[in-house]
Amino acid sequence: MTEILIVAEQLDGGLHPVVGELVTAAQGLEGDRALVVLGADLNELSKTATSLDVDEVYVVEHRLLLEQTSEDLFVAALEQVCRQTEPRVVLIGRTFLGRDVGPRLAYRLGVGVAQDCIGLKQNEDSGRVVVTRPVYGGNAVATMAFGQQNPQVVIVRPRIYESVEKDVSRNSEIIPLTVNLDSSMMKVRHIERVKSEVEGVRLEDAQVVVAGGRGIGGPEPFSQLSELADILGGAVGASRAACDAGWADHSLQIGLTGATITPDLYVTVGISGASQHMAGCSGAKHIVAVNKDANANIFKEARFGVVGDWSNILPSFIVAVRDLSTG
Amino acid sequence: MNIVVCVKQVVDPDVPTSAFRLDDETNRVRVAEGIPPVINGFDENAVEAALIVREETGGKITALSVGNDFAMDVMKKPLSMGVDDLVLIDDPQFFQLDAYATVCVLSEAIRKIGEFDLILCGRQASDWDNAHVPLGLAETLGLPSITMAQQIEISNSMVLVHRVFPDGYEKVEADLPALVTVSNEIGQPRYPTLRGIMAASRKSPIVWTARDLGIDPARFEPKISVTGLSIPPSLGECEFIEADTEAEAGSRLAQRLREVKLI
Ligand SMILES: Cc1cc2nc3c(=O)[nH]c(=O)nc-3n(C[C@H](O)[C@H](O)[C@H](O)COP(=O)(O)OP(=O)(O)OC[C@H]3O[C@@H](n4cnc5c(N)ncnc54)[C@H](O)[C@@H]3O)c2cc1C
Repeated sequence: MTEILIVAEQLDGGLHPVVGELVTAAQGLEGDRALVVLGADLNELSKTATSLDVDEVYVVEHRLLLEQTSEDLFVAALEQVCRQTEPRVVLIGRTFLGRDVGPRLAYRLGVGVAQDCIGLKQNEDSGRVVVTRPVYGGNAVATMAFGQQNPQVVIVRPRIYESVEKDVSRNSEIIPLTVNLDSSMMKVRHIERVKSEVEGVRLEDAQVVVAGGRGIGGPEPFSQLSELADILGGAVGASRAACDAGWADHSLQIGLTGATITPDLYVTVGISGASQHMAGCSGAKHIVAVNKDANANIFKEARFGVVGDWSNILPSFIVAVRDLSTG
Repeated sequence: MNIVVCVKQVVDPDVPTSAFRLDDETNRVRVAEGIPPVINGFDENAVEAALIVREETGGKITALSVGNDFAMDVMKKPLSMGVDDLVLIDDPQFFQLDAYATVCVLSEAIRKIGEFDLILCGRQASDWDNAHVPLGLAETLGLPSITMAQQIEISNSMVLVHRVFPDGYEKVEADLPALVTVSNEIGQPRYPTLRGIMAASRKSPIVWTARDLGIDPARFEPKISVTGLSIPPSLGECEFIEADTEAEAGSRLAQRLREVKLI
């Protein structure tokens, strides 16, 4: 019997990186682990899935799942999988899809759900799952305990857990499941996806990120930030204030309601370090802050800081970084 | 076009952490006396979206909130922005409702309000950051749900939405009635005009209690409950780079980063 069901979301035809992280999270709980892969033509993908540390791989194939664009069908399929396999826990990544699918699934099944968790464990006495999750924009952290219904739906923040190592000799059992889907379940119709033009390294994959906030005062200084990012082989990001002001594209927003970044080096310029911003960069190994206010919150989280006007500091910093990088 | 916008009164998210107090008994955050609550920012974006839609389609907007201890001048803001009615479900028994209970109360209230074509909500509330209630509401009422709108258009009994996507946007559509959650990319909520404020001051909200909705709050059983709340410690030691001039501090910063092999 499966006790922990891990939803294997796809990304560009492969498994989403969060799936390996969910397996790691599941290792901390008692019980057999199963991955559920949903789509059409899943031969390759289910093979990849068997190399993760799980006992079973449920394969749900349906032609309507080919496009992977309908959240409605995804929820309907998962609901049926849960009713068939009766898991105790369902783990879902807090991706764009997962953060909607998780609550919808829970409400359909009439069970509890915890959004955006950064920790989970099993209560030794009750056996129920206890999660930790940032609340109040990251200003506080709550511990929450599930009541008696199953499954306990846990949505896990990406990049908190290390991904489990792949082991091709592992060969978990593949079990096909049948679901009944029809196009009338697709209440929301997908028309198209329009990508914004962002050059260079993807923010979320970057090892170096250089970001600007309200303190840089306008759109022009972003070209200096780009220059710096180019020298360091990194990506440019922004605070919500800078995005809302129209100085940077919304896809560059870092934070609770923007991108989650995990670079080695994160350079912030004119960003105050509000908890909602920090929620997106708590995985950055080293934060460097330039801010004119010595009491700005960003300095509480930063490893290195310069207090002053960025327009006097940044140009010489860029020159020195370039010299050091080429020299 | 009948639009219902759900709004929530929350602790002002711009309050500095230093003004945060944890209430161990209730596992809630309180702020120092005298700091007024606000309407959740994304809910104001939803009000703005409703006003934009009404400009095109005409019709009526009802703002709806569940809670207790409402600050009336705060809650009247949607009225002063231009919504037609404000319905407050105000009951001391609604202290600390969880998301499930909130969904139950909101869905009953929406049934009581009557016919609607569109329900708008903020993408998430800035206190518990759950983003459950709108989705739960759509499931409960059997409506299509579309999250993260940055643009909403109505035509031929359909809603066409541009949803914010990590690297761009996605165009989707659904038949009305539908539920749509709104993100800040829709644009700044308008400021109430003086005329709006005057009109709002003359209007009283419609206030209902649990009993008016035929709800027995004693029946709400938490499916998940908060067992602890803490303020995370900050990481620690910042090394400040100092120099005679700011320009010099800039180059010194680069040198220091090189020393520790960060660049
Ligand atoms: C529910 C919710 C979700 C949110 N999600 C996000 C999110 O995902 N990402 C995000 O970033 N924010 C988010 N926010 C907003 C967040 O609370 C802050 O308002 C925002 O991060 C502030 O951006 P900022 O630091 O650029 O601006 P400010 O807070 O205004 O800070 C500007 C800083 O620049 C400094 N400065 C000014 N001039 C100069 C100068 N000449 N040289 C050097 N420094 C200077 C100032 O000292 C100040 O510290 C969210 C808010 C809510 C309520």
